[in-house]
Amino acid sequence: MSEVTRTGTETGNANPTLGRALALIRQPIVVALVLIVILLALGETLSPGFASGQQIMRLLIVAALLGIVAAGQNLVILGGREGIDLSVGGVVSLAAVLAGNVMNGADIGIIPALLVALAVGGFFGACNGIGVTLLRIPPLVMTLGMLGVMQGLLVVIRNGIPSGSAAPLLSTFVSKPFLFGIPGILWLWVAVGLLMAFMLRRTVFGYRVYAVGSNEQAAYMAGAPVKRIRVALFTLSGMFAALTGVCLLGYSGTSFSGVGEQYMLPSIIAVVLGGTPLSGGKGGYTGTMAGAVLLVILQSILVTINIDESGRQMVFGATLLVLMLFYGRGRTMRG
Amino acid sequence: MTDQTASNSLSVAGQRLIARFPFVPAAIILVVLLALNGWFEPRSLSFGALRGLVSTYLALMLLAMAQSYVVFASDLDLSVGAIVSLVNVVMVTVMQSLGGDPLMVLFACVVGIAVGVACGLFNGFVVAALRLQAIVATFATSIFFTGIALYVLPVAGAPVPEAFWLTYASSYFGIPFVFYVLALVLVILTLLARSGLVIRILTVGDDAMGAFHSGLPVTAIRIKGYALCGLFAALAAMCLTGDTASGDPLVGGQMTLNSVAAVVLGGTALSGGKGSVLGAVIGALIIGLINSLVFFVGTPSEWQNLVQGLAILGALMIGVLVSRRAQK
Repeated sequence: MSEVTRTGTETGNANPTLGRALALIRQPIVVALVLIVILLALGETLSPGFASGQQIMRLLIVAALLGIVAAGQNLVILGGREGIDLSVGGVVSLAAVLAGNVMNGADIGIIPALLVALAVGGFFGACNGIGVTLLRIPPLVMTLGMLGVMQGLLVVIRNGIPSGSAAPLLSTFVSKPFLFGIPGILWLWVAVGLLMAFMLRRTVFGYRVYAVGSNEQAAYMAGAPVKRIRVALFTLSGMFAALTGVCLLGYSGTSFSGVGEQYMLPSIIAVVLGGTPLSGGKGGYTGTMAGAVLLVILQSILVTINIDESGRQMVFGATLLVLMLFYGRGRTMRG
Repeated sequence: MTDQTASNSLSVAGQRLIARFPFVPAAIILVVLLALNGWFEPRSLSFGALRGLVSTYLALMLLAMAQSYVVFASDLDLSVGAIVSLVNVVMVTVMQSLGGDPLMVLFACVVGIAVGVACGLFNGFVVAALRLQAIVATFATSIFFTGIALYVLPVAGAPVPEAFWLTYASSYFGIPFVFYVLALVLVILTLLARSGLVIRILTVGDDAMGAFHSGLPVTAIRIKGYALCGLFAALAAMCLTGDTASGDPLVGGQMTLNSVAAVVLGGTALSGGKGSVLGAVIGALIIGLINSLVFFVGTPSEWQNLVQGLAILGALMIGVLVSRRAQK
């Protein structure tokens, strides 16, 4: 943040106000919010009713599902040393399937199902963290391998027990108005956002995450328990993914084993579009929330436009590339 | 005391060996897996079975090679699977519209290679020239390439002319065609390994800033790495097309992460700067042999994927640990 401001004022030496304004519009979160408004307006012109209250609510529900996975992804990426979690998709699927089996359509089973899902997600996350810290396996390799294990586990579970279904109360919580006409999952997402903001900005743990992410050696010298922090980040990532898995079960009613794969790379994209670079140590969750909304609105507009699947994918890929140009590009060799 | 010195010098020799040939641990794992396969199912080492292994996994071997050239420069390409799909559908469509005579099949292959290289150049431009982060940028290009593939051939199932897949499946002078391809690939690989380009790619991966300061055109070299990646992804697509004998706009999607796993299994560090392409080829074979071993051991069918996943995770960890110990 301070870096952006500095470069902004440097380039705008002749006119500090202009420089500051330029710096502001280069803030990832501002970019994301402006793009969200533009896309909503575009959607409304293309298909009237796109930006209606009800429709926006539906978009936000989908964005919340992505946003909660992206919270964990965000933490792992903030922690630096090429932190990335490719196994989140597997955890989402696993949590959805397990939660479905545990609750099996009964409201009474929601809490046990949630606990089982969080425990399993936390367990696999902790395994990732231990592999990354104690064995020093690169996160990409470790979580990629773990993804394979989880996909295998899903086959075992699916063949063993018939797939369960969501409890009515869970479905209501996710997709029906819950409090003040707003669905429960959005309250949950707000809670996750507040929790992340508090954790990252107001606790020792949060400061240490940034410290470890920007300079691990220095953080270690200053007494931060680097390994424990990194294990905690991966564990939290597994648990956030599991939380999305349970909500996803409520959203779709039943679970199937490949249901979570759609979250693997989009969760990373949401983090990047929210202004957290993959190099870690910089950024935060507020931007990621905006990134998740942006991604979901973009996809939704492409569904609205009457073009076939091929055109949709081409436009989506090209738009993502253009969007990325707005965000932290690598430095030039000339420095 | 003497024992310790002896074991020390032995481990130093081992370290030197691995530092010089990063694929040695992978080769040992490969031999062990071959032996285990033979132990549990003697017929799995027969000529016919090995031919089957090679013709099934040749595409993954080539795709792992493709991924290597990018990883060497400490980049990553998550679009290789989408490039395979795109080349596959383009080739099949060209062959269909021009008819199946050998000259046209050859022409389709040339078009396929051109498409692969073009995709690679595009990736290189996006990552190296526009300086986007490789993981997310190549994911975005993979969506774009998949879109084009769906445009070229919306649904799977277009058949490939006989001239193409029969060649892939046939034998000449008693040796299966796939073995000729494998030999040719190994020759190209050896030639490339000694070429200046691959050494420059490794230099950039080792220390991009240092390479730049010593006058290397870093951006151009990284783009060339991506172009090589596209070229080998196109070759992978040809083998896949020969093996499946049909066009499918989503055929390569599943192969992307396996190509990354194969590269790491082969002892190449994702941080760039060191590694070997031969290792990636061995890594792809390791994935294939783990899959067949799990089957031969008699694992119940619903447990097979889990055991495969655990075995590959284990092999990945061993690979990383051994190659790091060697670099101390």
